[in-house]
Amino acid sequence: MNNLLARHAECIFWLARQVERSNSIARILDVNESFSRNTRGEHDWESVLRLYGDEQNFKATGRRPTADAVIHFYILDDHNANSVLSSIRMARENARALRPLISTEMWVQLNGFHNRLSRLRKADLRVENLNRLCSYIKESCQTHSGITAETLYRDESWYFHQVGRAIERADQTTRLVDVKYQVLLPQPSDVGSPIDEAQWNTVLRSAAGFHAFRRVNPQSMSPSKVINFMVFDRRFPRSVAASVLVANEHLHELRLKHGHTAKRSASNLLRRLAATLAEETADDLIARGLHEALDGIQAELGAVTDALGREFFLLTETDDAPQPPAESAA
Amino acid sequence: MTDWTPAGLLQGYGPGGFYCELFGAAQRPAPHTRTVRERIDGLSLAELRRRAQAAERELFNLGVTFTVYTSREQIDRILPFDVIPRVLSAAEWATIERGVVQRVAALNRFIQDVYHEQRILRDGIVPAELVLGNANYRPQMRGLKVPFGNYVNICGVDIVRGGDGRFYVLEDNARTPSGVSYVVENRHLTQRAFPDLMRNIGVRSVSNYGQRLAGLLAELAAGTGRDPSVVLLSPGVYNSAYFEHVFLAREMGVPLVEGRDLLVRDDRVFMKTTGGLQPVNVIYRRIDDDFLDPEEFNPGSMLGVRGLMRAYRAGNVVLANAVGTGIADDKAVYAYVPRIIRYYLDEEAILPNVETHICGEREGLEYTLQHLEELVVKPVGESGGYGILIGPHAGRNALAEFRRRLRAAPANYISQPVVQLSVCPTVTRSGIEPRHVDLRPFAVTGRSTWVLPGGLTRVALRKGSLVVNSSQGGGSKDTWVLE
Repeated sequence: MNNLLARHAECIFWLARQVERSNSIARILDVNESFSRNTRGEHDWESVLRLYGDEQNFKATGRRPTADAVIHFYILDDHNANSVLSSIRMARENARALRPLISTEMWVQLNGFHNRLSRLRKADLRVENLNRLCSYIKESCQTHSGITAETLYRDESWYFHQVGRAIERADQTTRLVDVKYQVLLPQPSDVGSPIDEAQWNTVLRSAAGFHAFRRVNPQSMSPSKVINFMVFDRRFPRSVAASVLVANEHLHELRLKHGHTAKRSASNLLRRLAATLAEETADDLIARGLHEALDGIQAELGAVTDALGREFFLLTETDDAPQPPAESAA
Repeated sequence: MTDWTPAGLLQGYGPGGFYCELFGAAQRPAPHTRTVRERIDGLSLAELRRRAQAAERELFNLGVTFTVYTSREQIDRILPFDVIPRVLSAAEWATIERGVVQRVAALNRFIQDVYHEQRILRDGIVPAELVLGNANYRPQMRGLKVPFGNYVNICGVDIVRGGDGRFYVLEDNARTPSGVSYVVENRHLTQRAFPDLMRNIGVRSVSNYGQRLAGLLAELAAGTGRDPSVVLLSPGVYNSAYFEHVFLAREMGVPLVEGRDLLVRDDRVFMKTTGGLQPVNVIYRRIDDDFLDPEEFNPGSMLGVRGLMRAYRAGNVVLANAVGTGIADDKAVYAYVPRIIRYYLDEEAILPNVETHICGEREGLEYTLQHLEELVVKPVGESGGYGILIGPHAGRNALAEFRRRLRAAPANYISQPVVQLSVCPTVTRSGIEPRHVDLRPFAVTGRSTWVLPGGLTRVALRKGSLVVNSSQGGGSKDTWVLE
């Protein structure tokens, strides 16, 4: 069997990332909306903009960062490359390019998901409907993962899909943890207060990790315990460490099985990141400054993506380089 | 319509004086369709509509679509599917099949001759300037050998049935004919939506087209003495036939590539894979000559592969269809095809052309000028720009203006009578009504020619319309060839 077209490898890597990104955006909006329900007075939606570094992009919309405006920006805004609609549209365009490889069922589901998103109206986005909408987006993204696991042929495309999804998930979980930081740490007096605990609960729930966290930590709830769970717990599938391990394992297997053993740089970067995550604890991150530490992880994941581009997607051949597929700025 | 009288759904259906694909004609009934007629007659309109809607929804969900891109958005459209099949008897099909095989053989001999000895031009059978001055004539092909001497490996022949019940060729598609994916998908759809309609009728299968095509490409590769590393070259997702490219690549299990996935080094073609550059020996290309290689043809083409023609001429890659086949499906050359068949095969055309007047010839021009209000006048080659004149629909000024153009440049035109296309019962808003249809069978040619039993039946969904194109309200039907 031939190797995969480099363009197709890149397309499926990004397809997986785009779907996973939508999954996380739905989770982050959902958790932020829950914060706002638990807070008296006007809630700060700018934190979500800061989280994605989107303050400037948002300014271009000319709107104030109200709940409605920020929710629209992240779900339906055509001009925001990170909005769920944009991500799923790009995922669908990638899927279209990948149709000779992916299963018909994968295409049908993604196509239907996109079509439903593109029919959403303003009223569907109102804060009181947000929870339902976010659930729909999450479920659709999970359906994509399930159909992919059940139907995609295990050639190189499968590995690139899994690596893409895992890298995006690791990146997004750092952001999800960071929401909490952005929102709460500016007021140290809140630490340990009842409202603080409720909000940490919400972060855990948004990642579907609350009950697992409780089983590991039946008695107590502290910021460092939550961070340990979300960032370092390898048994929690959305944790940064677990995702990096998944990416590492799949990349390793891909290299062994498909004749890529000479390509080491992406793999080395991932292995190094996995080793760091195995050694560190939440207290180390907090000591370094949580936000900066999480930023550092994001940068390392970016370096892995760049290395994959050079090694597998042939992005360095300047003259004949494949044009990038539909791809959004991370 | 003497063999049987409908009592249910088809009661009151009248073909309106045209030949009907299900009922035949009064003097020429179609007994082979009787079981199908009876079964359709036994259905209710509501049931038929329900199944039709389900079928179209399925096409949409499966993405059996072509995409229309506007500046703001992209709209996925299906080729509307009519659930009532078009049924051909074994004998009718035998005629079509022999006719298509004959025609493809003659066209291939013609192209081979034009790019080598040019006997047919020297003998004055086809005017040399018509061929050599044609925009689709490719001097790059002079003296180049292609496998088995066959240039048109995939051919779609557009056939219509006239009021006399006979088949006529309306057009040859010898470059990159499309539509075959709908033939296969329509059959799948009928099998799901209408298992009861097909039961025990004995319809010839169309599902092995992909294997046949893959077999052809391997056969073409055999001559190169290398592994048949085959790819399908598509213009990409924005092309309206992209679904078909996906379909065929999947059916054959070969990579679907775009120009940017390929490159030429030392006159060899490679594709860019995760494992680096891997050789490509056969390309089923769905890109027109003009866009294949910016080095040789349209220099602005972003779709092609720089250097591809060098590799082709060096014999390092096979292209299907070969380059330069456009000279065989030009409207002006079409008029000469019966003479081309006679010249090379010493046979009469099994499938005649629609009566065609070549305005470049004196009698043709005179006839056309005298009968302009009854004729369809078509521009030939790339000379056009003025479009088609449909005599019966044209006003007096338009006719006069066209007369001037005809006299000024007669060789730019051919004329034909308005063909009374046959009809087929079709589900419409106002019940079951006759709608005009044509037929595009697909022929696959390597060492020999194989014709997919059936073909694409296109149907003009607008009442009275003779235009079956998907861009102008056309749909399609499943085409059954009986065993």
